[in-house]
Amino acid sequence: MTLDTRPRLADPDALFALLVEAHRGLDAEASRRLDARLVLVLANHIGDMDTLRQAIALAREAG
Amino acid sequence: MPATYANPRYAPAPIPAAEERRQVVVGGAGLVGLTLALDLAQQGVQVVVLDDDDTVSFGSRAICFAKRTLEIYGRLGLGARFLEKGITWKTGRVFHRDREAYAFDLLPEEGHEYPAFVNLQQYYAEEWLVEACRAAGVELRWKHRIGAVTPRADGATLAVEAPDGSYVLHADWLLACDGARSFIRDSMGLPFTGQVFRDRFLIADVVIKGDVGFPTERWFWFDPPFHPGQSVLLHKQPDDVWRIDFQLGWDADPEEEKRPERVIPRVRAMLGEQVPFELEWVSVYTFRCRRLERFRHGRVIFAGDAAHQVSPFGARGGNAGVQDADNFAWKLAFVLQGRAPEALLDSYDAERIPATDENILNSTRSTEFITPKGEAARAYRDAVLELAARHAFARPVVNSGRLSRPSTYTGSVLNGPEGWAGGALPGTPAPDAPVLREGAPDWLLRHLGGAFSLLVFGPPEPSLPGALPRGVRAVFVDDAGTPGALWDHAGLARARFAAPAGGAVLIRPDQHVAARFATPDPAAIAAAHDRALAGASMEIAR
Repeated sequence: MTLDTRPRLADPDALFALLVEAHRGLDAEASRRLDARLVLVLANHIGDMDTLRQAIALAREAG
Repeated sequence: MPATYANPRYAPAPIPAAEERRQVVVGGAGLVGLTLALDLAQQGVQVVVLDDDDTVSFGSRAICFAKRTLEIYGRLGLGARFLEKGITWKTGRVFHRDREAYAFDLLPEEGHEYPAFVNLQQYYAEEWLVEACRAAGVELRWKHRIGAVTPRADGATLAVEAPDGSYVLHADWLLACDGARSFIRDSMGLPFTGQVFRDRFLIADVVIKGDVGFPTERWFWFDPPFHPGQSVLLHKQPDDVWRIDFQLGWDADPEEEKRPERVIPRVRAMLGEQVPFELEWVSVYTFRCRRLERFRHGRVIFAGDAAHQVSPFGARGGNAGVQDADNFAWKLAFVLQGRAPEALLDSYDAERIPATDENILNSTRSTEFITPKGEAARAYRDAVLELAARHAFARPVVNSGRLSRPSTYTGSVLNGPEGWAGGALPGTPAPDAPVLREGAPDWLLRHLGGAFSLLVFGPPEPSLPGALPRGVRAVFVDDAGTPGALWDHAGLARARFAAPAGGAVLIRPDQHVAARFATPDPAAIAAAHDRALAGASMEIAR
């Protein structure tokens, strides 16, 4: 499956707010763990290693 | 220190009167060397085994014998002893902090002679192998240390040092089973490379009499309250011995950690103040995952830890070594008896190197999960464990060791036609199944192995055995209890091969499937037999 990188979010500001809100009150380590859990949940939802490899490569390149 | 076992001491062998030439010499009387020697001897090959010590393994060491290994020992006539003495288990349970995160069943189906695992101290297995080797005519030379190795085109010359003096031994074939610190490997200058893991572990074997409150399962804790921040593994062994494996971290001082004053409080924290126990054996270890580039170097062949090393998580060390022996013994026997060309020996590398890589991959991945290096790895590891307690999707990601599975030689050059879809394919070990022989309960695998066999799913066909290549035995299995056939009364034999009625399976001496035929055509069977021997008939005709 090809990674879909088109803009797909109906309300991008809401997503950003949602992520910030999820981390509110957490210290750095707790935040890191939340992100790790979130990545695992989303990775399972995607369920396709090829797509996940593309996503990881894209994320690494952008940094 | 061990209280439940006294190592036997074997008399050192006298030295030969003059230089000697022997066909097969095994270097190292450990689990793998003894297994290889026994298998060869049972196939009619004369074997000499050299060992620098005069006893079996000191300490329990490899304790988890996997189903495939048990089947191999079944073929060699020792299976019943493992079942009788060993602790049978199949369930693994994983805990994170103070709660269960995941459990797995390694053999969820019935109808196999051997269980998923039997736990047994390595010294018992070696002691039985020594007895069986003696009975099979293997010449065991205790306290004979190999002091120098000179590989040659036609074998290897060994300088051997024994209590009564030194001598020269010419081996046509040298089988190096001398362990992770192999002298033979080092003296040949062969690189043994791979990954080192910066962590230390403490093994404490403790004797606990009476009820301990733990079932006979493999229990693994991540970050338990009694050993915070590290992992702990618990296994039951015979003689009321429990194996506890504590992760210590890289900074631990190995000598300090072995002292009873350090070990006892760790065990007490785990078992509770009220449980009396005695220390049986203590060891601190680090590990690596590495292998030789090739296992066959002309007339010198490496097997077991001398050829490859893995972490202990997954029981992939000893079990892999026994499968090396299982793979190599029949090939060498056929070559020495002029029944196959020497090219057959190259298939040992072709089949066992991918098997080794699979073991190293699994072992490395388990280690990375158990001892995460770096903050991100640790965060992901903990995230998996946190999710696993409540969400099924995360449980398969929990990796406390992926336990040894039989190697599958799919894609091997020795494999012939698949014949039909599904079931046990060429390259896989033949699955076991319950059968009835003349009305008595029996197992399918007891009738396969040691030689080539043709398993035929149908009533006995009197003309077939005579039409098969020399040395191939016909084994008929049918669903009606016809005289002369094994009765597949539960239908499991045929189901596990997914075989059509009348289908036939050519099975190697190591019980692996070589080829399958929807109808047993003698010419096609002969061709597959030839292929499984790396072109035997062509070579012999030459």
